[in-house]
Amino acid sequence: MVYWQLFVAFFRIGIFGFGGGPTMVPLFHTECVKKYKWVTDDDFADNLALGNALPGPIATKLAAYIGYRVKGWKGALVANIAVVMPVVLLMIGLLQVIYRYKDAPGVYGMIQAIGPVIAVMTGVMTWEFLQKGWQGASTKTGASISLALSVLALIVLDLHPGLVVGIALLFSFAYTTWSIRKRKKKDSEEGAA
Amino acid sequence: MIYLQLFWAFFIANTLGYGGGPPSIPLIQNEVVDVYGWMSVQEFGEVLAVANALPSPIGTKLAGYIGYQVAGVPGAAVALIATVAPTAIAMILLLQFIHLFRKAPQVKAMTQSVRPVVTVLLGTLTYQFLLGAVEGIGWMQTGILSVASFLLLETWKVHPALVIIVAMAYGFFFIG
Repeated sequence: MVYWQLFVAFFRIGIFGFGGGPTMVPLFHTECVKKYKWVTDDDFADNLALGNALPGPIATKLAAYIGYRVKGWKGALVANIAVVMPVVLLMIGLLQVIYRYKDAPGVYGMIQAIGPVIAVMTGVMTWEFLQKGWQGASTKTGASISLALSVLALIVLDLHPGLVVGIALLFSFAYTTWSIRKRKKKDSEEGAA
Repeated sequence: MIYLQLFWAFFIANTLGYGGGPPSIPLIQNEVVDVYGWMSVQEFGEVLAVANALPSPIGTKLAGYIGYQVAGVPGAAVALIATVAPTAIAMILLLQFIHLFRKAPQVKAMTQSVRPVVTVLLGTLTYQFLLGAVEGIGWMQTGILSVASFLLLETWKVHPALVIIVAMAYGFFFIG
């Protein structure tokens, strides 16, 4: 019974979550906090904070944790299957149909017409990330340098993107930790004096 | 062997794709197209377009479909597990240490540090998609479709699924 409720709730979240990750968060809140009361508002906020700190899709992390809270590891599994599977099946089905008829008259044009649309979509995403990176940076010089370094590493040197991202994550983590330590040390020294 | 490759490809792309869906897209593309050659960049674009038109996270849709294309149902299962399981398990195990994560300045710094890299990766991907479109249907049609879909998506805020359907209908009558 509880498994069924978990399945239905996360199924709904999965099929109505247009726009991916962040737009799905309110749906999780509606189902899990308001409707079924599986977690409290505070718990939910904690989940979200931790979910945002970890990599990977946010929806599956939330489903895993809430499912776990309700029915342990099995609950986590049911919640994740419910949130992921329906749309994956839809995706496989839809693309199979499109590719099966790709040589039929007109279908070639249909597939080709997708190209510019997806270019526009990724172009818009590029612009959004450029803006977020620019606005979120503490100094504009820093933002320009990191952008130039990214171009150098990815386009000129053609390094593996995973490696470049890994270095960026590691460096920013280490640098932030180091500057917090330094500030704390300075504060305590001033306090002692 | 193919299962190991699938697992590795999606594990790497999703673990390093810090900050949600869009950052993981070029990382998945790199593994799937450049490293393992499971599909061309054009095919990846088509899959991405269909994925964008459907609900739920982009990462799991790409993993499910590409895993299935490469190695059938077990392939889809492996790619999905690689995408979902590591962080789902980490989430459950780490929640008792939530006080360490709440408002940690490291999280903000890490999210910020990935942005310029993602900008360049997504920019490169956009260029490749445009180039492919021009090779396939020429400057004229690419221009018409790009301008039209930009207006529909950004100015009139039409749903992406609808924009893709409209583009396909246009392609059926005026390109096919």
